[in-house]
Amino acid sequence: MYVAVKGGEAAIDNAHRLLADRRRGNRDVADLGLDQIMEQLSLAVDRVMSEGALYDRELAALAIKQARGDLIEAIFLARAYRTTLPRFGYTQPVDTGRMQVERRISACFKDLPGGQLLGPTFDYTHRLLDPALAGGAAPETPEVREPDAAPMMRVSDFLGQEGLLEPAPDPADKPVPDDIARNPMSYPMDRDARLQALARGDEGFLLSMGYSTQRGYARSHPFAGEIRIGEVELEIAVPELDFAAPLGRIQVTECQMVNQFQGSAKAPPQFTCGYGLVFGQAERKSMAMALVDRALRATELGEDLTAPAQDEEFVIAHSDNVQATGFVEHLKLPHYVDFQSELNLVRQMRAEVEARGETHQEAAE
Amino acid sequence: MSTTEPDHQPRRDRMAVLARAEGRQLRELWGGLGIDPAFEMVRGPETGLATVRGRISGDGAPFNFGDVTVTRASVRLQDGAVGHAYRLGRDQGVARLCAVIDALADDTVMAATIDSQLVEPLRETLAARDRQRQAETAATKVDFFTLVRGED
Amino acid sequence: MAETDFLSGGLADPVLAGQSAFRAIMQAMAEPGTVQAVADCPTPPSGLSRTMAAIATTLCDADTPIWLDVALANDPQVVKWLAFHTGAPVTADSGAAMFAFVSDPSSMPALDRFAQGTDTYPDRSTTLVLAVDAFDADQPLSLSGPGIESTRRFAFAPLPEAFIDQWSENRARFPRGVDLILAGPEAVACLPRSTRIKSGEH
Repeated sequence: MYVAVKGGEAAIDNAHRLLADRRRGNRDVADLGLDQIMEQLSLAVDRVMSEGALYDRELAALAIKQARGDLIEAIFLARAYRTTLPRFGYTQPVDTGRMQVERRISACFKDLPGGQLLGPTFDYTHRLLDPALAGGAAPETPEVREPDAAPMMRVSDFLGQEGLLEPAPDPADKPVPDDIARNPMSYPMDRDARLQALARGDEGFLLSMGYSTQRGYARSHPFAGEIRIGEVELEIAVPELDFAAPLGRIQVTECQMVNQFQGSAKAPPQFTCGYGLVFGQAERKSMAMALVDRALRATELGEDLTAPAQDEEFVIAHSDNVQATGFVEHLKLPHYVDFQSELNLVRQMRAEVEARGETHQEAAE
Repeated sequence: MSTTEPDHQPRRDRMAVLARAEGRQLRELWGGLGIDPAFEMVRGPETGLATVRGRISGDGAPFNFGDVTVTRASVRLQDGAVGHAYRLGRDQGVARLCAVIDALADDTVMAATIDSQLVEPLRETLAARDRQRQAETAATKVDFFTLVRGED
Repeated sequence: MAETDFLSGGLADPVLAGQSAFRAIMQAMAEPGTVQAVADCPTPPSGLSRTMAAIATTLCDADTPIWLDVALANDPQVVKWLAFHTGAPVTADSGAAMFAFVSDPSSMPALDRFAQGTDTYPDRSTTLVLAVDAFDADQPLSLSGPGIESTRRFAFAPLPEAFIDQWSENRARFPRGVDLILAGPEAVACLPRSTRIKSGEH
């Protein structure tokens, strides 16, 4: 039996109107400007950009405002918006070695060229709530100092010189990467496609997966080789120009995790890498991404598969919070007919059990 | 390909500054030039996406890691000079203006005026911001000093 | 000036013109063998027909590699025009093309040289765009299949070599196989892979 029903338009309209009212909240409180979100909730903006896989600060701020601060809803809005735009092409790969660095630290080397630059970090704060901030106290202007002119070599560059670090995958082996935004994912996948999925993956999920590797599920002895945050130049090759068109700069966070590796039949003992690269200032996400990237290289490096974080399909298929929320939240939608058939089935099974019970009883008597 | 490859660097540098310049300052300086050439749109302005690529471990094989909004425009002036513009973001008016400026700079004399009165001030604003940020970052550099050097 | 000719000839209103051309192609695909007018065509270099140019600007972009036959690939103005107005990358590998543009159907490669899709992803096949002179010919074809109530008489010229045999092989590969868009003078007709073709005499 199939019954088509219709209705609820008025209820939906009124619910949307109510949503708009509650989103605005008390009219005595000033309306929130996108500039305020971009300037003062900038790390929320960064998260929406990285997991929305769309770098546009103003759009991310609008999504956050529209979603009432529900970041997964905002990420959903960003993803939906990007499907409405044509794609002009692919940028040249960004050169993080030439980054305008705003923060750069290494947990491996104290005295690395260019030094440890803390930048605007939460580290070393005492995590005590600050009542002065609630009162709107104006902060001091930042201290300044003459910057170091020396180029800021990547830690991987000087570890690599000694041959102690595995070389990065050769671009010549795969000059054109897969694109999961274009083609459906299939497993097993190459590392480039995995990194694209991880870059847009849910921070909380990747954090938990990364954490699990530290707690002993696929132990990989990680060190934060280098984390750097800053702006990189983008350029794109276009047919009408004989040179790549400069586009401007975006802020990214890069994390290079260095992991001990015992060596195998194919490779000598050396350090291996997990890599994280994320839009905006997103240190935790980039670290988690690098840990998970390394764990997912288990097959490639001939390691035993023992832990969830090494299971490519499990990790990649469940890392996208837009997909996840879509499937979980669809359970709210009417399943009246499905449930009716379940109801009939359960009633029928109960009747059968009862009937059998009576026969058993009769037989016993 | 001709044997005398033209030098693209000045044009590329100019486009890089125009791409990064803040829209309001760009419009102000443009207004100060008092130029208002007639032009026709060849394409756009239109907003789309560019997919950003990184490299595994910073210098390895490429991978895609997300999209960025880009607005582009192409114009033709009455003398036939063509200009193109690409900029991050969605400001179509500024992208069209940048394409007009690019087309005007096809003329050497006009290019000199544009570079000195428009591009240089924009470049200086951007450079000053970079210098300020670098100096602020440098102030957070850790100066290690040795407390104790033990023997065991 | 001549150096920048490839920049000209785009559509004044790409969105509206694209929508109307898309509508015509979709209708032609839904009713195989009907001829649908494409009103607002761009003005490409002479090597490319205006209808082909309309199809290219409507369906191709940076995500759709295109293959060009020898005449088109050797015409730098055509190559540059397509690059600027569609952004589509040109591929020399017919098996990797999402779209193939054929200016001379009588000397085109066999249909099975193009991407056929897979049983899982039949959409990963090449859509061929053939320049045709006219939608009439001495030997009409008889079409049947989805989108056609019983049979439909249809003709176009020039015909690719051994076309009816090639097409019946293409039909046999279903759900794999290629689809054809025939670009006539300011009009299109389509032959999707689901269409059966017999020569008109039978």
